[in-house]
Formats: sequence, structure tokens, C-alpha cells
Amino acid sequence: MRVQTSPRSIDHTAAADELPRRAGVGLKPEHFTGILARAPDLGFFEVHAENYLVAGGPFHHYLGRIRERHALSVHGVGLSIGAEGPLDRAHLDALAALLARYRPQQFSEHLAWSTHAGTFLNDLLPLPYTGATLRRVCTHIDEVQDRLGRRMLLENPATYLEFSESTYGEPEFITEVVRRTGCGLLLDVNNVFVSCTNHGHDPYACLAALPLDAVGEIHLAGHACEHDAAGDPLLIDSHDRAVADAVWTLYAQALELTGAQPTLIEWDGNVPPWTTLLAEARRAEAVLRAVAPTAWHEEHVA
Amino acid sequence: MNQSAFAHALLDAARPVPDGLVAWNGSRVDLRFAVYRNNVVASLTDALTDAYPVVQRLVGATFFRAMAHEWLVDHPPRSPVLAQYGEGFAAFIAGFAPAASVPYLSDVARLEWAYVQSFHAADATPLAPAALAPALAAPELLPALRVALHPSVRTLASDYAIVSLWGAHQAERIDALPDPNRAEAALLLRPALLVHVVAIDAGTHALVCALQRGAPLGEAAQAGADADTGFDLMQALAVLIRYQAFREIRP
Repeated sequence: MRVQTSPRSIDHTAAADELPRRAGVGLKPEHFTGILARAPDLGFFEVHAENYLVAGGPFHHYLGRIRERHALSVHGVGLSIGAEGPLDRAHLDALAALLARYRPQQFSEHLAWSTHAGTFLNDLLPLPYTGATLRRVCTHIDEVQDRLGRRMLLENPATYLEFSESTYGEPEFITEVVRRTGCGLLLDVNNVFVSCTNHGHDPYACLAALPLDAVGEIHLAGHACEHDAAGDPLLIDSHDRAVADAVWTLYAQALELTGAQPTLIEWDGNVPPWTTLLAEARRAEAVLRAVAPTAWHEEHVA
Repeated sequence: MNQSAFAHALLDAARPVPDGLVAWNGSRVDLRFAVYRNNVVASLTDALTDAYPVVQRLVGATFFRAMAHEWLVDHPPRSPVLAQYGEGFAAFIAGFAPAASVPYLSDVARLEWAYVQSFHAADATPLAPAALAPALAAPELLPALRVALHPSVRTLASDYAIVSLWGAHQAERIDALPDPNRAEAALLLRPALLVHVVAIDAGTHALVCALQRGAPLGEAAQAGADADTGFDLMQALAVLIRYQAFREIRP
């Protein structure tokens, strides 16, 4: 029998063991041995949960050894929280086992859907923002938090389309999800920039309208610049290059509103040499230091 | 919005884009929907490229991506764990007419799929070679022995030189390709972190297959002898011991 935890009973205060408010990077297999050899001074590593839902082998070997020395965030990309259908219970059970094994400081997932009728589409697909989708997303997040026995963070999406049936703006929708479920927000600053550009909104206004007191982590990533049929910019959340200057600027503005937050550099395609990744993380740490020098000092020295 | 229509239109470019999509500037939504279509197809193609790198080298990236696309639109993943995505691709390649000029392509794909399975298989400590010495010292007891293989053990047999072909494509530069028209069987296993891909004879292949079915050693040795008149049990066991293929033996 599993322990039932209602969202209200989840401890929303800072846990003793939380991600340091420093920069982290996505953990890639090509960097496993280098990280173990160098033991870099970084805030944390983040992995995609689904890459580690395998029985054994090198992925578990290296993640286990890296976890002994570093804080960890587990980021799900396959739970399909926005799906019309029910959550995949077996997948949720597998996630629970993964979290029990590695005891990460943070677990997060996306405001998106990726599975339909048993088919996994391997992309984070967009949702209309309506009363019906709000109820469904909240039901699924309640189920996730109950099963995992912990608070999750929900990531704001990068989207390329909107829906005529939407009755909420994205910040209002997310605010309501956070209010109803008690989940936190994984503020993806690149996604704010990408979505706002793609839908003709002001990124700073969107940022300010999000439930920033619920932020538990920030993501930064690179995006590709294309154009739509009208010739307006259409940004693609590609995670395959350095973070854009405009996103660094928005990140600094975000930190003014949220205070220092654990900040991940996501770089999933065209994975660069370790030193390039580390340089991006150092740049984020410089911004973190500038916004919260005292908190930085305490974290870093402690 | 109906997710069923959205999902089907992602995988079938001939379908119209779903109703109810809008762009802030009134621009064409099909071009924006194409970003999702491209993400789905490109990311699944990349997943197949990760699983089948030698197949890709054998036919080139352009051909591989076109072949992968043909398959994946009808066989999207059934699980978000992409390490398990790609089963069945080898069977598709076997019947893919444009690849018929590379008759060994499908069997190389089967080997690469076995490699992925071995790579992610459950961990287990292999039996120490010394633990086998008493058993080998009493040949009269060998036939009744039950042998558990390491969970990472996989085997396959081919009419083509799949192990040699696979091995030649692990190098960055390929000077000369081995003669493909030579039957080879493969033993794959991962006693620690590295997957070993070993060419074995037909008798050893039959022996390992019988052990995997749970046959006692005597019966498995007979299967080896049936498959290969020159089968030598001690030689076969020596190969399996050297590569740490055993997990446990029981009298």
C-alpha cells in the first residue's frame, strides 16, 4: 500500500537538502569520465529521467558515482502531464524508483503532452489554456506529487502555436496550476523568451506575471532563429548552442524578481566540449553573484 | 483541440493540420505546425541513429535518414524510454527494397540492437574463473551442470561476416572492408562497463543459445555438436570463461 499525501500536506518550506543556488549543467554521457576525473566546482547536475530508466550498465554506474559528489536534479521529459488520457502508472512507478535510488534534490516535469493513445511522440506538445485543461493538468500533478511523495516543479513551455479556444494567458494558467496543486515553477527563461517572441508578447511582462514566488529552479538554453510565413521571428527551442544575449538579459531581470535560484545550462544537441559548457555555467554564476552577493557568499563558502 | 488529430497529423504529413490553431500575427499555422512535425521526426531519427551507427555508416546519413523515416512514421515509440526504441528496425531493413544491394545490412542492424540491449542490461558480478575450476576438474559431472549466463549476454548468427563488418566500422578510418560473404556468429556481453562483441563459431553459438533456454550443460553441448561437427566443448567454455559470460553454476 502506498502512502497517500495530499498536496496540502507536502512540505512547501525549504527542505534541508535542496539544490544550491548556483549554476549547474545537464549531464551528458560524453562528459562522465571527465567529470569524475576533475570533480568540477559546480552547483549541481541535471539528468533527463527517461535516459536512466534502464536496468543497468554505464549510465547508472556513472550517475551513481557523480551523485556521490554532486547535487542532482532529475528532469522528466516523458510523463505527458498535459495528455487527454490518464498518466502512465508504470512510468510513474519507474520514476518513483529512480528518485528513491538517486535521491535528487529536485524533480521537475513539463507543462506539455507527449504521449497519445500509447504512442510517445518525443516532443513537448502545446496545450490550449482552458478550464478543462487546467483541471486535467492539476489532476495529473496531484497524482504525480501523491505517488512521488514530494513537490514537483512544473516547467513553462516553449511553443510555436496558440489555440483559439484558450481562455487563459499562459502566466495566468500556470499561476492557477501552482495555486491549486502546490507545485513549484521551473522557470525556463529561454522558453519565456521563445514563446513570447513567437506569440507577439512582451517577455518581461510575461515573466513578471508568472508565480515567481514558486520558482525553485531556472533553465537557460540556446535557441535557433527562423521566421514564420509573415516574416516575423519564429524562435526554436533547440538546446543546441550557447544561450542568446537577450536571454542572458532576461535572466538577470528574472533574478531581480526571484532572488538567486539554482540555474541550469541546458545543451542537449551538438554537445560542446566540457570547457565550453563550464564557461556558460560560470557566466550564469557571475549573474547570480551580481544579484545576490550575500546569499552567494553563504552558499559558496558553506 | 483534439490530441488525437494533432498526434496523427504529426506523423502523417499528408493530413491537414488540426483545427483551432492560431498565430498572433495571422500567419499560416501550417508552417508553425511543421516545427512540431520536424521535431518529432528528427528526434526519432536521431534516436535510431544513436542505436544504429554502423548501419548509418554503411549506407550514408542521407539514405539512413530516409530509411528511418519510412519506418518510424508507422512505428513510433510505445514508451518514453528511447533506449528501448528501435526494435524491429532490422526486420524492416530486411524487406526494404532500396537497401537490397547491401544484403548484410539487416543482420548488422540486429547486432547493433543486441549491443544496445547488452549495454543497458541489468548489472551482475560475473563468476570468478577460479569458481569454475572444480567443475572443470570433474568432467563426469559436467553434463548435469546448470549454468546461469550473465544478464548482458546476447547472441546472433548470420550468413554474413557481421562481427568483422561491425568491428571494421568502429575505426574512424576504414581502409579495407572484410569479405562480407562469410557466415559469422556473435556473442555480446558486458561483464563490467564495456560491451564485448566476439565472433564465435556455430557450435559455441548453439551452446550459448541452449544455455539461455535453461538447458543443462550436457544437453547444451549436444546442441553445439549438432550445429558443428568440429565442436570442442572445452574450447567453447574457455571462450565463455575468458569473456566472463557466466554468472552462476549449480551442480
